[in-house]
Amino acid sequence: MGPSQPLLVANNLGRRLGERWLWRGVSFDLVAGECLGLVAPSGAGKTLLMRNLVLLDPCQQGEVRFAGKTPAEWTMPTYRTQVMYMPQRPAALDGTVQENLERVFELAVYGQQHFDPDKIKSWLQQLGRSPDFLHLQAARLSGGEAQILALLRGLQVNPRVLLLDEPTASLDGDATTRVEGLLSHWLQQPDHACVFTSHDTAQIHRVADRQLNLGDFN
Amino acid sequence: MESRYIIISYGQLALSALLILVNVGLSMALKLGLARSLVIATLRMVVQLLLIGIVLEWLFTQDNPWVIVAISLVMTSVAGMAAVNRTQQRFVGIYWNSLLSVLASSALVTGFAMAGIIQVQPWYDPQYLIPLLGMVLGNTLNGISLGLDRFMEGLASQQDQVEMLLTLGATRWEAAHHQVRDAIRVGMIPTINSMMVMGLVSLPGMMTGQILAGANPIDAVRYQIVIMFMIAAGTALGVFGVVLFAYYRLFSANHQLRLDHLYQARR
Repeated sequence: MGPSQPLLVANNLGRRLGERWLWRGVSFDLVAGECLGLVAPSGAGKTLLMRNLVLLDPCQQGEVRFAGKTPAEWTMPTYRTQVMYMPQRPAALDGTVQENLERVFELAVYGQQHFDPDKIKSWLQQLGRSPDFLHLQAARLSGGEAQILALLRGLQVNPRVLLLDEPTASLDGDATTRVEGLLSHWLQQPDHACVFTSHDTAQIHRVADRQLNLGDFN
Repeated sequence: MESRYIIISYGQLALSALLILVNVGLSMALKLGLARSLVIATLRMVVQLLLIGIVLEWLFTQDNPWVIVAISLVMTSVAGMAAVNRTQQRFVGIYWNSLLSVLASSALVTGFAMAGIIQVQPWYDPQYLIPLLGMVLGNTLNGISLGLDRFMEGLASQQDQVEMLLTLGATRWEAAHHQVRDAIRVGMIPTINSMMVMGLVSLPGMMTGQILAGANPIDAVRYQIVIMFMIAAGTALGVFGVVLFAYYRLFSANHQLRLDHLYQARR
């Protein structure tokens, strides 16, 4: 892949609710190293756009491509390991944090890859958490802790594009700074990029290289 | 045919109706407000059973296999519809899914029992086919409605978990697996529970009937065991079939959970 080829391309996406188009004609290119801030009034469908980018919902208009290929060409599970969506309120399975992280590798798409505790512990350190975090019961995590679990769960399988829906909404100021630091470090690795939403305008200015306003597309 | 049992006359039947007066009396004394539904239920039960008695009497004189197959199909269809009618949520095609699952599972199990195990001659002898099929259908219908309801309910309430797995790269089968397993387990529970206590807590109706009709208890028990195996196999196949159909309906080939295909049943 040449450096000039965009990682993720959204072409003329549209989303309808009943008869009304929530947004349509949404197009953008995301190049390596870039963080795109997605802004819009609440209820304008930021989350729905992210769901559309990983095809959790059927595409009503337009198409997406990752590294030049459509999701069908990648096969959907593989595409979703490359372009990973992290919802604002992440879900967890029964068991501890570590069991949740390990379970991911039982999916066929990861083949022989396995859980790497050292990598996770170094990320936990950057986030200011002790390794004991791994032994907490996932069902009893606070909103912010669940977001950290989701971040670790996604990062450990090395996706190329992250779609982060309010990733720090439930975190306090210090934890937010640490997550931002971890993400900006992650973005510096080759062929990584992200799309980011936040209700906090200052945060968008801090993390995003440019902005896309969904309100312009209805 | 020589009868080895006492025939109940219509006069004796009327006498037995006095027993229902116990219910009516209790309801009136305690103001339970059940008298009306009790009377209706009693009348319905009596009329329905007398009618089916006449139908069965006629049916057992038939020796045209097509008539018997047609009656079996009607019974199967009613069971397939009834299974769906008890669910809270629906999707397009749910009736066909249920119908096909009930049809395939009961035909397979009853066919095997008639031709392979009991070896009835001819294979369609209604005296055997109709009661055996009826018992398999009654239980399969129960399992299917429980399993189907659990599957749809489980997906709706666990949507976050299922979609979390999908976003991590799970195939639709990997994402649905837990819910599929759960639904089949729930559909099988009544059958497993009833086998557990059979003979200890409950004396099964069919076996009791055969004993009253003068059959040797050991012979009646053997019939009951065969029936229970038929019910267990029929329920397992039926529940598995219907959940599998629902899975294909609610997960697209693009590995999407399509809860928008679900709608609430109108009551």
